[in-house]
Amino acid sequence: MKKIIFIEDESALQETFKNLLRKEGYEIIPAMDGESGLKLAKEKKPDLILLDLILPKLHGFEVLKELKKDSGTKEIPIIVLTNLENLEYVERALELGATTYLVKTQYSLEEVLEKIKKILSK
Amino acid sequence: MMDLKKIYYQLNLPAQCRKYNVPLWQCPQFLFLIMGIIIIGAAITAYLIGTHYIEDPQLIALIVLTLSGTLFIFAYIINVSFEKLAEASRIRTEFVRIVSHQLRSPVTNLSWAIDSLMAGDLGRIAESQLEYFKILKENSTRMKELIKDLLITSRIEEGALPIKKEKVSLIEVIKSLVSEFQPFARASNVEIGFSFDENLPKILTDPQQIKVAVENLLDNAIRYSQRKGEIKIRLERKGDDIYFEIKDSGVGIPQEDQKYIFQKFFRSKSKEKGGTGLGLFITKSIIEKLGGKIWFESEEDKGTIFYFTLPKK
Repeated sequence: MKKIIFIEDESALQETFKNLLRKEGYEIIPAMDGESGLKLAKEKKPDLILLDLILPKLHGFEVLKELKKDSGTKEIPIIVLTNLENLEYVERALELGATTYLVKTQYSLEEVLEKIKKILSK
Repeated sequence: MMDLKKIYYQLNLPAQCRKYNVPLWQCPQFLFLIMGIIIIGAAITAYLIGTHYIEDPQLIALIVLTLSGTLFIFAYIINVSFEKLAEASRIRTEFVRIVSHQLRSPVTNLSWAIDSLMAGDLGRIAESQLEYFKILKENSTRMKELIKDLLITSRIEEGALPIKKEKVSLIEVIKSLVSEFQPFARASNVEIGFSFDENLPKILTDPQQIKVAVENLLDNAIRYSQRKGEIKIRLERKGDDIYFEIKDSGVGIPQEDQKYIFQKFFRSKSKEKGGTGLGLFITKSIIEKLGGKIWFESEEDKGTIFYFTLPKK
């Protein structure tokens, strides 16, 4: 079963994605802040990481930087999932090694799921 | 180097005035400059007139000082009043931006929770419940659109609309938009036709902002169509400009509404058709920021044609 770590501090979104991804047969591991997300990623070595940017304890960009520095996690695809839509954030995330950058308000849940499935099928 | 930058920023009048989002004549820094020129001018004029008619130099000096002092007090009072006005305008714009941004998270959470429920992630929905879920979904989508438009509007008013120019084929941009809008057009019983000059050159512009501008025009054209509607989009070269036209066979804009059509939150007296009331304001701001012009012709019950031009470079 493919493992996904969801680093997101909004519990409502954690709940929605838990139902969605389990129904699709994925194992979802929640993390409510950047620090615990980073720790879990290094421990569990998931198949995919969904990463919000505005996070307590450690900002999403810092998490992204650390994940891409660590030899154990640098190959894991990362989808940045955020409400920040400024072009400079998009460019920075992609420069730091994010696989893709999704602005939450621009996608339906189904569209996000399609992106997840596409990346996991590679 | 940093200090020089700070000094330059302080002296940069247009930049200082933009942050307040008020007309130039209400900008405190501009008023300070004008009042300063008036005071200096008045002092010099008083001196010249005084030396012509009055012999006593001390009296001349007293007159000049009294006049300058009085004008300075008036200038100070006027400047402080306009500074308060400008600051209120800046706070209002920033408030809209902050609140809109803060609203995005709960609205997204709501929208995705509804998506999840409608997809049956938590069990099958009864037919009787489906209609209400559709209402919830529709309204959460409306909130998302309103927040997006409010954020763009606040950026426009702060003079902070991001523009990133690159060589763009407008034909490809419009083709892609027409394709995206096909489901909405079909559902509204509207046909979209797009014709263009085959030899249209690529232009240096911001494709994302053009997309937003044309999206608003296309959205309006579909929304305000009546019965079986037809929308015709045309793209061609006219001299040094690229010329765009979108013609609909919709309800048209009443004569008395036409002069307000580009104002924020203005909705024509035509049937209420959804939308945020900000689309045309945003489109006009974008086209003008990209160096173009926008105008329209409209007749009630016949339809509307919106035109805009963009410079090739």
